[in-house]
Amino acid sequence: MEALIQLGIFALLLGLGFFFGRRAEAKHYQSIFAREDELRQIVVSTDRFPPIEFTNHNAQLVSGNVVISVDYFKRVSAGLRALVGGRIRSYETLLDRARREALLRMQEQARAAGADAIINTKFETSRISGNSNKGVASIEVLAYGTALSPKNKR
Amino acid sequence: MTTILLSNIEIIPGKRVSQHLGLVLGSTVRAKHAGKDIMAGLKNIFGGELGGYTELLSEARQEATDRMTEQAKAIGANAVINVRYSTSSIAAGASEILAYGTAVVLEEK
Repeated sequence: MEALIQLGIFALLLGLGFFFGRRAEAKHYQSIFAREDELRQIVVSTDRFPPIEFTNHNAQLVSGNVVISVDYFKRVSAGLRALVGGRIRSYETLLDRARREALLRMQEQARAAGADAIINTKFETSRISGNSNKGVASIEVLAYGTALSPKNKR
Repeated sequence: MTTILLSNIEIIPGKRVSQHLGLVLGSTVRAKHAGKDIMAGLKNIFGGELGGYTELLSEARQEATDRMTEQAKAIGANAVINVRYSTSSIAAGASEILAYGTAVVLEEK
């Protein structure tokens, strides 16, 4: 009986994770696409030196961060995948979403400062160990760079 | 004194480094509190962003940056260039945030 209850809880968590996780991911991707279109005029690059046309701009540090976690279903499916090896799709989308979200937040900060380009963009990813030490808990992605804004605007 | 300029590039457009003052750094160690931890536990089932942690880490990063800026001010710099961030989790539930850069005196070209 007890084993049955435990199995039931496991199935419930799996189901909840599957439905809510899938919905959350779809919604997040939609918002990412919309905001990426909106912020396209702010050029982000990894150049270490400002391009020649930006030599008369103000420089300023901007950053964006996000902490994101996978749902229960994906964690279980990734655990199964780890037995046979190969690509873990569920974690790929997690990292992709986190990076793009961090980038967008950095761009939003740059737009608020009136900048039109960000150079020397760096990413920093770290794992946040949750209250339990099993599996991947959640990850933090930080994106930072130097925003260049025209002098007359400010 | 005006605010300190922060940047992660080495050459600031329109300015020249007149004095190089060496490395400055600031760090902070933060732990999450229990309430947020419980919320995060729920989010581990449903997936999605952990807003509390995002806020916590960006506050911590601000704190580290402020400490670095203080240090730069104390040695008479007016800018910190080539700023880098680094994060490490030192124990379960606590992480260290470090910000470091080169303190310099900039002058208009």
